[in-house]
Amino acid sequence: MESKTRLDVNGQLTLKELPYIIRWESDKCTRCGQCTSVCPQKAIEPAVFVHRLVTSDGPFPLPQSIRQIGQGIKQVTDIERYCVGCGVCSQVCPNDAIFPEYNESNKFAFHKNQGGSPYKRGGRRNSTETSTLDKLKFTRISMLTDPALDAGRHEFHIRTLLGRNLAPTEMPLIIKDDELGLDETAFIPPVREIFPIRIGGMSFGALSPHMWEGLAMGVAYLNEVENIPVVMCTGEGGMPPRLLKSRFLKYFILQIASGYFGWDEIIHAIPHMKEDPAAIEIKYGQGAKPGDGGLLMAFKVLDLIAKVRGVPTKIDLASPPTHQTKYSIEEAVAKMLTSMSMAFGFRVPVYPKISGTKTATAVLNNLARNPFAAALTIDGEDGGTGAAYNVSVDKMGHPIASNLRECYLNLVKIGKQNELPLFAAGGVGKTGSLAANAAALIMLGASGVDCGKYIMQAAAGCLGDERNRCNLCNVGRCPRGITTQDPRLYRRLDPDRVAERVVDIFKAADSELKKIFAPMGRSTQLPIGMSDGLSVSEKAIADQLGISYAC
Amino acid sequence: MCRLSAIISDSYFSPMENIMALETMKEGHDGSGLGLVLRDLGGEFQGLKEFPILSGICSKAGLRVMDEYMVKLGFKTKHLWNPRIKDYQGQMKVRGFYFARAYEFPEWAEEAGTEAQSELLARTRLELIEMGRADESIIIFSFWPDLITLKEVGDPLDVGLFFGLDKKPLLAKNIFAQGRQNTNYAINLYACHPFFLEGYTTMTNGENTAFVPIREFLTSRGLPGYVGYKSDSEVFCHILHYMRKELKFPLKYYKDVITPLFDREMSERSDKAAIELIKRVLRPLTIDGPNCTIGTDVDGTVFMAQDAKKLRPGAIGGVPGKYALMSEICGIDAAIPDRDRSKDVFPMKYDMAMIAKDAKEIKIWNQKHGSMSTVN
Repeated sequence: MESKTRLDVNGQLTLKELPYIIRWESDKCTRCGQCTSVCPQKAIEPAVFVHRLVTSDGPFPLPQSIRQIGQGIKQVTDIERYCVGCGVCSQVCPNDAIFPEYNESNKFAFHKNQGGSPYKRGGRRNSTETSTLDKLKFTRISMLTDPALDAGRHEFHIRTLLGRNLAPTEMPLIIKDDELGLDETAFIPPVREIFPIRIGGMSFGALSPHMWEGLAMGVAYLNEVENIPVVMCTGEGGMPPRLLKSRFLKYFILQIASGYFGWDEIIHAIPHMKEDPAAIEIKYGQGAKPGDGGLLMAFKVLDLIAKVRGVPTKIDLASPPTHQTKYSIEEAVAKMLTSMSMAFGFRVPVYPKISGTKTATAVLNNLARNPFAAALTIDGEDGGTGAAYNVSVDKMGHPIASNLRECYLNLVKIGKQNELPLFAAGGVGKTGSLAANAAALIMLGASGVDCGKYIMQAAAGCLGDERNRCNLCNVGRCPRGITTQDPRLYRRLDPDRVAERVVDIFKAADSELKKIFAPMGRSTQLPIGMSDGLSVSEKAIADQLGISYAC
Repeated sequence: MCRLSAIISDSYFSPMENIMALETMKEGHDGSGLGLVLRDLGGEFQGLKEFPILSGICSKAGLRVMDEYMVKLGFKTKHLWNPRIKDYQGQMKVRGFYFARAYEFPEWAEEAGTEAQSELLARTRLELIEMGRADESIIIFSFWPDLITLKEVGDPLDVGLFFGLDKKPLLAKNIFAQGRQNTNYAINLYACHPFFLEGYTTMTNGENTAFVPIREFLTSRGLPGYVGYKSDSEVFCHILHYMRKELKFPLKYYKDVITPLFDREMSERSDKAAIELIKRVLRPLTIDGPNCTIGTDVDGTVFMAQDAKKLRPGAIGGVPGKYALMSEICGIDAAIPDRDRSKDVFPMKYDMAMIAKDAKEIKIWNQKHGSMSTVN
């Protein structure tokens, strides 16, 4: 039997296929239209409905049912205009008449490859499982046999070293009259003393000018007013020329990646630099999308970005997955480390950043032998990205905890655990526990950690989460104004407020780190590798990390 | 808290003086053991200064194995001391054959130089420990000229009587004793202080919260002596050994290694550049306390150093010719009652007190000011 209305909607989706379903309450809605105009996806649009109205009028009111034509909001089922759940509609609605609701049974992944183009997005790995970092507990609490320290009374030195440390037997010391002196002619690699939580590489270009400016102001304030020496990595893409030649450069790690964007400006600025940068990071890989390159899409490449990066405007800027000139770690990477060191007069630590990988120890061993390698950053699978293929973000990568631990123990084996500092990244503060995650990684052997997503969320209210909420960073339509070059969007973000929050974040983390280290009896040096302080309630994790099992 | 009792003198004295000082300081449960290190020996060892002395405990089978091994290496017994246990009336059980045996070096080593001899003694000690580890048939504490170590579990005074030190004491000019208060019941003799390595000894009270990173740093130096670590305090001895023997630092830099100054505190030091570098390069050796450490350098200089917050007690007092370094002042009162108490020294967070072998005076190195003062 032929149906009354033919179901010739093959290929059309129902709302149930979509990851977020808009809940809209007609009786609260004033039809102001703000939600439809603000939606970054155009996932909702004005629509006309027939609806039933019950009235009771007249001197002898009896309920009467009538049908009326009315306006309202309708969610579209076009997969390209799917609701990302950002919730900006709720934010602008004066009457709380609308909000997106997560749809557990969505079939989004089956459809988001129209035209043969795989799903691309920004954000982080979509996984709500508890990370290993969040499972670790601090269980060596000083109790009576050794007094706990007082986070409020004792002096704490929450600092770490970024840079190559000499081997103890290589120190150029001279003994004269029972006193040690330094051989001034000997080369001592540059080392920076910094706060152990750094702001990881997020580029000027991926981030909006307001976001980048806010971060930079916050970092400068932390250093100059709060005496918390936080450093921030530029990401690939350079930095504003005015900052390159300013005294604030010392708070920034300049990143060079496979596209070398921004480095023409940087190289030309070197003679005019008043200060050296904190360090140079050579990015070989990114934890969120290991083995994948970067892409800044044309509509984000506006005048300022093009100028900083030294490219024409409005063209796609692709960073290849690997450095095209790097064919071997033994030779080509070593040359890059040496030449970058030389460019800055051997006064600046130069170190590589790699994705978390099973082969990390091979990289590490090579760097351990290279006196110009100042550190190694390992970026785990829970890192963030401004743009990547979904399959790279969700399925590629290595968890940071065991990768970092394996590398640290490898350094212990060869006795270089203090010579080559390890920095861990990828999921630090994923669920808001920034200081606890950082402390856990430090006690597993990291000299420090990087955080990016945490900063985006805590400093600027990024809407993304592990259920694929928002994640529009790649298309330049960030509803918060964090990852967009559209002035209409980024003016939503107040750089001063971002800076304030950055200061809040690091002051709080500084206090929390003290609160963790004090009961464990540590204050003067970071407890790097103090693995006896950690426990976990899963035996397999305990065994893998070489820490105790507690339940 | 473990109690520390060190006495250095220009004349020979009995270890019972140290033990009685421990007895004075005793409070609460105190049955975890006594460790004694005697150095600069008198009595029957006075004429045997150049002969290395092996100190330890063996079972009958272990003794046979040990003797065979020592003969194989070419060591010849020169003198044997055993405690007089048969007169002991107390509750302690005899663990085995307690001995301090002086050996002649193998012929090849006699003229081989100090370095080669030192290496031979350390290697032999470690090999013997390893040979007896599984069944505890051989327990070795030290192997070094002019130095004897005794250790046993029990109340310190009882252990002293057990060894018969009240009736026939071993005499020495430098004696370290520690009464151990361990709240855990599983007690390993190798966890008893003082600890020894190639002429360096330390004993420490308190817990070392930075133990694991320090242990990992030491064990990864590639040096055979950095093993053991049944106690978190053993690292204090090995840090001393590492900075003195391997890095050749003057002794006063021990303080800069274990408790480096904050950068802002370094301005008065003329060696600022050096200590800044040391702090970075030896970062994993920084302790956080709470610890008071008393040690002896290879040349016989005795010292006391506190953690950077001075969380443990420690005092020094005495007269020229005899000084006591104790964890409590009542211990000094017991050992050297006739002294000018106004000259007692209480090393604070920046201080490292040192007394040279001749026991003439106390030198106090102030790490912050970079100054040395003298009390005598």
